[in-house]
Order: sequence, then structure tokens, then C-alpha cells
Amino acid sequence: MNTGLIIENFMEQFKSDILEVSVKNQKRIIITIMPDAIINVADFLYRKEEFRFIIATALHTKKGFEIHYHFSKDIIGLILNIHVILDKDNPQIESLSNIFNASNWIEREMHELLGINFLNHPNQEKLISEGNWAEGVYPLRKEFK
Amino acid sequence: MSKQTLIPIGPYHPLQEEPELFRLYCEGEIVKDIKWETGYNHRGIEKLSESKTYEQVFFLVERICGICSNSHPFAFANAVEEIADIEITNRAKYIRSIIGELERIHSHLLWVGLAGHFLGYNTVFMWAWKYREPVLDLFEMISGNRNSYAMFKVGGVRRDIEDSKIPIIQKILDDIKKKTDLLTGAVMDDPVIHARTKGVGILTKQDIIDYGAVGPTARASGVAIDVRKDDPYAAYPLVNWKVITSEAGDVFAKAEVRLLEIYESISIIRQCLDGLKKEKEGDISLKVKEIPEGIGNGRAEAPRGEVFHFVQSDGSNSPVRHKIRAPSYVNIATFKKSCIGQTIADATISLAAVDPCYCCTERMAVAYDLTSGEKIMNAFELINESLKKTIELKRTIKSQL
Repeated sequence: MNTGLIIENFMEQFKSDILEVSVKNQKRIIITIMPDAIINVADFLYRKEEFRFIIATALHTKKGFEIHYHFSKDIIGLILNIHVILDKDNPQIESLSNIFNASNWIEREMHELLGINFLNHPNQEKLISEGNWAEGVYPLRKEFK
Repeated sequence: MSKQTLIPIGPYHPLQEEPELFRLYCEGEIVKDIKWETGYNHRGIEKLSESKTYEQVFFLVERICGICSNSHPFAFANAVEEIADIEITNRAKYIRSIIGELERIHSHLLWVGLAGHFLGYNTVFMWAWKYREPVLDLFEMISGNRNSYAMFKVGGVRRDIEDSKIPIIQKILDDIKKKTDLLTGAVMDDPVIHARTKGVGILTKQDIIDYGAVGPTARASGVAIDVRKDDPYAAYPLVNWKVITSEAGDVFAKAEVRLLEIYESISIIRQCLDGLKKEKEGDISLKVKEIPEGIGNGRAEAPRGEVFHFVQSDGSNSPVRHKIRAPSYVNIATFKKSCIGQTIADATISLAAVDPCYCCTERMAVAYDLTSGEKIMNAFELINESLKKTIELKRTIKSQL
């Protein structure tokens, strides 16, 4: 199993959902996809290609809200970043927590710190500031001072 | 439904002395459900990092954890060097690995000590912490600090390990190895420790994969992941060593993996010291003028597992976004699998087995009856539950001999 083969399989499977592929080297790849495809992509990576979900990073940028889902193929040391760009005004995306538990906490955290809504999350409660933080104030958004 | 009792461990852990809150919902002695509250230590480091320069961020991330203060700078350096495409000198690589492995030794010894204390083996606790002390002395000799060593920077390390210091380090390593032999023998052969830890808090391979657990927690369940091997960095590809795994997934397997890893760490440090002798003294860092625009995924194997740092740069002198994932973030979530169905006395050691890392303050724990709100037991009585079980086991095992 090598990086080239994994990427080839991936491209074939999700041809119509891929927006951009950026290959830094054999161990670091970023693929930008349509947000609607995230469930199928994560399911394919986790179940079929046996990737491990490391964590996700959410960003607030000029484009809107972005999420990098970091997946690791440990046997070849590959980190595959699945990158999605969400709507500026109503950021929401399907939750991955029904595929693997590893994303449960980080989705709660992203919801809390950036106000991104995760659809069908089993329990989208606050993770960090339970009961101690104002509603609708998101500290990792750019306008927060 | 029978009567359920709520036993909170926290807001400050009575034994690990760190803030967190676990709510154990028990029926009789058996834990039926667990809920947790974290975030008592949330310091907004990711946000703070955006206002610091790359050089300053090293000092910030070093303060995320007191025990493994080196692992976050390690992952951050890997991420930034990935963005700037920097290959550091061999001498710097060896020094980085030596610091990383010394840290693993002292962190694992600390855990063994604490685990002993949890089980009511205060001799193990005192031995392990005593043997850990020379490692901290070594850190003081190398960096001037027992903890938070401030050794790393973009493009290398801040301080050299001079060739004149190598014999002292080798001597101390010899001592640590002898003491670890003693400790490993004591832990591995003790029938009471076997009885308290074998078959307790089992995590299956599937649990590990599902929760994305890392480090000794994953390796004790037969999942052989180790960033040092899978995605080699620093001097790890230049030395020979093996990934320690165990299949059982219980508390004993986790202790076994950690103890055996100490030997691997000693061997890695010895090889790095030999490598150091071949490199020119003082050749420890490169001049880095600027960090270009880009994205870096840096990771390092901390004593507790994979530390992951995501850094996005826009070409200025501070990161635009810096995401940090500590290993305990994914390991603590596995409690849902390891604790349910256990007795309260075993729950404490199951919780401790992943070596969770919160931070350091102390308060109290009290158990309340859910229906009447009446106080049932306090922190000391909770700890005594665990100690009592060990004493009883000691007695039965003695009577069988």
C-alpha cells in the first residue's frame, strides 16, 4: 500500500466531489471536497482504507468557515487533510460521530468555540465551558476580542 | 430500576490532584454509566498562540503540560519546519531525541509510582519517584531546568550537550537501568498486583480504533502505532529500537508496555549519545529568516501518545491558526468503555491507566445519594475503597500460600 494508490482510489471514488488536490510530499496531502460528501468520504477512509481520525481543525477565514479533518494512515506515515469550506452565515455540516467516536469531543468543541453546527451529532453539548459562557459568543471567531 | 448512586470524582481528582469531574452512576458497587466534565484548565492557548511570534509560541506550548513539557514544542517544531522545509543538523536531531526519551523515562516512572499509590502500594510509589529523580537532575545539568527545559527552537535546539557531559549521562543511565530492573521485577511478579490489574479496565482493539486512542493505551491493546516509527522525525530513523506492544488491553498490559518502553528509551539515548560524538560540537541550529505561507501538520510521540499540532502560516511572524491535540484528549474518552461494568474500587485504577493529564490543583470529592441528596462518602473514603481491596487480596493470597 502506498500513497499514490490510496489517492488514486480516492479520486476514482469521489471524482465529482473533489474541488482541489494539493500534494506537498508523499506524507502530507490536502484534498478539498464538497461539504455534502463528508460522510461518504469519512466512511470510505475509516472503514475501507483503515485511516485513523486524528482530530479536526476549524478556522474562521475570509472565505467563511473551514474545517480540516486530519486522517492518518499510520502504516505509511501519511496525514491526509480533508478540507471543507462552509457557508459564512450558516456554517453547518454532517457530524462524523456516528461513524467513529473519535470525533465526538472535537465536534462539540468546534460547535462551542466557532459556532459550527454539526447535524445529527448524538450530544452536541458544550465541552469546555459548561454553564460558564455567554450563548452565541464564539471565542475563536475573528471578530472576538 | 434499582437505586442508582452518583459518585463524582472531582472537580479535582483526589489522587492525581488535577481538575476534572467524572460522574460515576453506580448500582450497588457496579459502575453503570459515566459522564465527564473537562475544561477546568482551558487557558485559550490556541487563541493566545495567534498573538505570539513563532519563537514565543515555544515557551507557550511548553507550559501546556508540566510532565511532558517537551512533547508540545517537539510537535510544534516539526509543524513549523515542515512549512519552512527545514532539515535540522544531525547533532540537533540527536539532542532532540535524547531530551524526548529522557522525558519518556521520567514520565513512565511517574506513572508507575502513581499506579502503585492508587493500588495501595506506597513502596512502589516511593521507589519509582526516587529513581525518577536522577533523570530530573540530568535535565537540570543539560538545560538548567528540572522541567520546562526551553531546549527547542525553529531550526534546531538552544543548548548543546557537550561531549564532556556524555560520560555522566551514561553513568546515570546505567543506574536507571538497574533500578528499572528492580522495579519491573517487583511489579511483574507480585500476585496482588496481578489480581488487581489483570482483566481490569479492558479496551479491545476495536475500542481503540473507534475512539482513535494513541500511545501506550493503544499499544497495550495490540494496536502498534508509534509516530516515532510510522512518521519518523528527529534522530529516530537513525537508531535501532522496537515498538513495544501487548495484546491484553487491561491495566496490567498498560503497565507492562510502559515499563518495557523505559528500556527502549535507554537504548535509544545510548545510541544517540554515540551519534553525538561523531558530530561537531556546537553545530546545533540553523538560521531561519522567515516562515513562508503554508500549512504544517506536526506530530511527536509524547509519553502518553501522539501529540498533533496543525499550524497555518500567512508568511507573517506569527501563526494564523494553531490547533493542538494532546494525547489525553482522545485517551480520556475511552473511559466510557473501560469503566462501565467495573466495581468502584477498580474504576479509579482504570481511569488512571491511560495516564490522563489534566493539570495541577487540588480540592475534594464527595459522593451524594441521587434521590435524597445525602452525603455518602468523601475523597479519602473513596481512596480507602481501593486500598481496602488490595489489603483483602493480600490477605487471601497469603492464606493460600
